[in-house]
Amino acid sequence: MVLTQPDATATRPEPKARPVRRLSRPDRASRTRGAQRFLLLGLVLATTYSVFPVWWLIVAATKDQVGLYQTNGLWFSDFHLWENLEQLFTYNDGIFLRWVANSFLYAGVGSLGGTLVALAAGYGLARFDFPGRKAVFACVVGSFLVPIAMLTLPLYLLFSELGLINTVWAMLIPCFINPFSVYLAKVYTESAIPYELLEAARLDGAGEIRIFFSIVLRMMTTGGATVFLLAFVGTWNAFFFPLTMLRGEEMWTLNLGLYNWSGMRMQSGVDLTSLVITGCLLSILPLAITMIAMRRYWRTGVTLGALK
Amino acid sequence: MIRSLRWKGAAFTAPFQLGFVFVYLLPIGYAVYQSLFVERRSGLGLGGGSTTEFVGLDNYERGLTDPVFLGAIGRVFLFACVQIPLMLGVALLVALLLDALTSRLTSAFRIGLLVPYMIPGVVATIVWVNVYSPDVGPLTDLGRLFGWSWNFFAPEMVWPSIGNLLTWHGIGYNMLIIYAALQAVPREMFDAARVDGASELRIALSIKVPYVRGALVLTGMLSIIHMLQIFNEPQLFRSVTPQTVDANFTPIMIIFNQAFASGNYNYAAALSVLLALFLGVASFLFYRLTTREAD
Repeated sequence: MVLTQPDATATRPEPKARPVRRLSRPDRASRTRGAQRFLLLGLVLATTYSVFPVWWLIVAATKDQVGLYQTNGLWFSDFHLWENLEQLFTYNDGIFLRWVANSFLYAGVGSLGGTLVALAAGYGLARFDFPGRKAVFACVVGSFLVPIAMLTLPLYLLFSELGLINTVWAMLIPCFINPFSVYLAKVYTESAIPYELLEAARLDGAGEIRIFFSIVLRMMTTGGATVFLLAFVGTWNAFFFPLTMLRGEEMWTLNLGLYNWSGMRMQSGVDLTSLVITGCLLSILPLAITMIAMRRYWRTGVTLGALK
Repeated sequence: MIRSLRWKGAAFTAPFQLGFVFVYLLPIGYAVYQSLFVERRSGLGLGGGSTTEFVGLDNYERGLTDPVFLGAIGRVFLFACVQIPLMLGVALLVALLLDALTSRLTSAFRIGLLVPYMIPGVVATIVWVNVYSPDVGPLTDLGRLFGWSWNFFAPEMVWPSIGNLLTWHGIGYNMLIIYAALQAVPREMFDAARVDGASELRIALSIKVPYVRGALVLTGMLSIIHMLQIFNEPQLFRSVTPQTVDANFTPIMIIFNQAFASGNYNYAAALSVLLALFLGVASFLFYRLTTREAD
């Protein structure tokens, strides 16, 4: 390494030194191989760190309560995955499946509605010049700074007045209004929908609503999918909001249910660790599958999100 | 643009605007309104009625001098100042390693490193709580193998335990962003540097790092500000070890507690307005500072 200090040679007045260093090619190649080995080692360490808790989770999900407490956590003992799954699905009249369904309902319907609202708003903001446009956009960006607690608490009071607490609507209505989705939709519209196209459609006599539904929405499938995916992940992962809004366990999301089961041991001495672990493994699957299947979309979304 | 067309354009944003008023502006207004009152229970609270009284800014005064609230802000801020630079540093290192690797394994590593990002935060916390657990977790056995005995739920270990979990969860996502930025660096610059005899380490430090430094500082500062809202992880730790994480551990936990455990909505509303103001002002100042620097 010391030999290749570039500044040391660059400041040297005589240019003779350079060819000498260039000649030492084989030496350089072996050094590169050594460096690559070092890179590999670093990456293997980082990847092991990233993957091992998930490995532990998979292994632990195959053990019964006894194996869980008494055998080495990082390797399999007796295989009990099917019994664990059966127990998980039948415990408390199959409440776990209810939570799965709820999570899909809130995240799926909420994001679908939110994406439609956001695409319309983003299109309106990007391609029309109306009074108050700047104010609307300022609201969108400004709301990024509003902490969830600031909204959740008064929304709770508001929803209690309206009798919406512990109903589907308490989860869905806030999902329909997602400023970050609007921001993304605006950015996507700006890059995907040319003004000329809209002008041409208008000249052909198409109405604005028809233009939006049959031209704009169709050209925005990629952008729309990204907006949907990010909103879905956000709602699926939500914790603080459902914790305040949903009281009865039949309304809970997966997150709330698993949280409750984890705390059981402290509160009432019922040890559900084995159920929690199997439940955690299952709850990872939908998100992982969606993200892998739609990775093309979230990659662009993630980079845009970073720019925000 | 034709007048009617303008209004049609506005109509596209109408559903959002309407919803925004209902879900954002109305609650914010309501929170501010609530924060100006105080509820006084007559009698001993049992059966006695209660009266609501206008007290102006009293709740804010109480919040600004409340050692529990200020302590929680300080605690979380200090934690964020350590954890976030650490996490971004590791993410940068991993991204640099990945960028310099000339092997077909690159994509396999990238997928492995992104595994934590695909796991919901609450589930990640539950998994780590169990990994830390002295009863079922593998780390206690592993530590014993090397002669260490660690207790991840000890009072002095709570922040390191939470910090490790957040770092684990965040490395992949941040690595992805930094890696994407590194890929955008023109490759000819590296070739030119190599011809001039620069080592790969030198290229990484003198070309690649300065290229992403601006973005890193920005996301780092914004993440520190956002960290003040941390709730899920400590709350989950609390459900497992209530003796180490108290109910007033972070600002949002205090607000949640004031509202739902003590039924003190007015004070909770004032605290959430204070927190929002604090976050807003800090983000705005920081944003101003960095954009001016960039000009």
